[in-house]
Amino acid sequence: MSVLVYVEYAQDHFKKTAFEAVTYASKIAQQLNTSCIALVLGKSNHLNELGDYGANKVLNADATQFNSFDSQVFTIAIAKVAMEQNASVIVLANSANGRSLTGRLSVKLNAGSVAGANKLPIVQGTSFIVGKSVFSGKAVANFEIKSPIKIISLMGNSIKPEKVSNNSTIESITLPETSSRIKVKEVKTVEGTVPLPEAEIVVSAGRGMKGPENWGIVEDLASSLGATTACSRPVADAHWRPHHEHVGQTGVAIRPNLYIAIGISGAIQHLAGVNNSKTIVVINKDPEAPFFKAADYGVVGDLFDVVPKLTAAIKDFKNNH
Amino acid sequence: MNFLVCISKTPDTTAKISFSSDLKTFNSAGVQYILNPYDEWYALVRAIELKEQLGGNVTVCNVGPQDNEQIIRKALAIGADDAVRIDSEPVSSMQVAYQIAQYAKDKNFDIIFLGKETIDYNGSEVGAMLAEYLDLPFISYGSKLELNGNSATIERDIEGGTEILEVAVPFVVSAAKGMAEQRIPNMRGIMMAKTKLLQVIPASSFDIQTLVENYDLPKEKSSVKMIDPDNMKELVRLLHEEAKAI
Repeated sequence: MSVLVYVEYAQDHFKKTAFEAVTYASKIAQQLNTSCIALVLGKSNHLNELGDYGANKVLNADATQFNSFDSQVFTIAIAKVAMEQNASVIVLANSANGRSLTGRLSVKLNAGSVAGANKLPIVQGTSFIVGKSVFSGKAVANFEIKSPIKIISLMGNSIKPEKVSNNSTIESITLPETSSRIKVKEVKTVEGTVPLPEAEIVVSAGRGMKGPENWGIVEDLASSLGATTACSRPVADAHWRPHHEHVGQTGVAIRPNLYIAIGISGAIQHLAGVNNSKTIVVINKDPEAPFFKAADYGVVGDLFDVVPKLTAAIKDFKNNH
Repeated sequence: MNFLVCISKTPDTTAKISFSSDLKTFNSAGVQYILNPYDEWYALVRAIELKEQLGGNVTVCNVGPQDNEQIIRKALAIGADDAVRIDSEPVSSMQVAYQIAQYAKDKNFDIIFLGKETIDYNGSEVGAMLAEYLDLPFISYGSKLELNGNSATIERDIEGGTEILEVAVPFVVSAAKGMAEQRIPNMRGIMMAKTKLLQVIPASSFDIQTLVENYDLPKEKSSVKMIDPDNMKELVRLLHEEAKAI
């Protein structure tokens, strides 16, 4: 028996979500008294890092079929390794690609799955229960997975990566060639910023900003905190900010440690995408803005006055810590 | 081209969510249900647009009880040609995917569309599962889809960016914001929807692997602490010492 964690490698590094998934898988392996095996598909120069988070063994298959993503090709590979390693639990990150793999693998292996788990399973005898946030954060559903193989994709920022002493071995494996029916032409990612689903601090702004030319104060605050910037739906729809910055129900759902909402009234559709944030700060000139009800800290004031003051206070704090 | 659009029913975002006293079952009484927005606004409308350009047929498919016919009629009013309801009260994603696969396997649909996720459980699994059952390519989070003959160019959302790819029909695609714009059904559409074919077919038997055991309610949020706009130093102190967020 084993716990297998499929780890995505991003060009030249592992993302934080990869280490979260390994930590999570390693904790499940401890619960089940078995070993944690990490699988990386494609070339990687950092395989050793996975042992730092509790992988006992790291398997790597480097082949051209893994140079671009096709859920079918990757599913065949992961399923084969899962069978060979006698995996009883398969863990993946709940990323764009991870979610496709979760669905495909569960059919291929006839295994129950929970997509977007946010805590460790509760294992008692043969009962295996995993929780995830549902109904826009209004409840947690605890799912029992009954099949011999269980598949879990882990929501980002649900568990902190934990370093342990590294006892891992690294093994290169060869998998059969499979052909893809998808031809990836181009991958465009924004350089230099942490993608929103992985960001620990997010600074987000809405219509209260009055126009795209005023975003300098939002960016200053974000850079003082090392935060990723986001926006509300009307702002993205008006093309004040790029589409990928839109958080909320139809945009990206996030759960950072800290979410600072500037000039966003807090419509329920916006809250649906952000109310799993651990701490929420709302800055709005309207004391009746519904967002204050969902906030931990609120500031009623003119954002053009408040935001630069907050940035100055953060910089001051950082200089003294 | 023949298009299948898989649609689901979800509680409206504004719906009040409640459970039985033992927290074992969701309390659906009084809940306002809607056609899942990703299915309606993006998947369904893009399929209709492609049919309008290229000809063909748009079928919508729902796995659910008779109550769901309201949202199915809405999809027909927006412009789908016909509908299939697979009569079942599904409890897991895999069960839904399996039922749709059983229906679709011999129908030769060119593109099977669905929304990127439902807004209640956000599992995002049915598309991938369906593709696996049908041995088809699956492209998730499509934000743009153009057809050129039998080949589609699709842009999909990935973390912090976009991937552009080509794939030939048949395939399964899940639709995100950007793929189309919401259409409001007009009176003519609503009238025509009443006469369109809505076929009801029985569900196939299926072994359930994943089941909700019970629900937990989140801790009540403590009320908001208001900070003087002239004292941002205090906010920073609280974020550091109390919230431990910085």
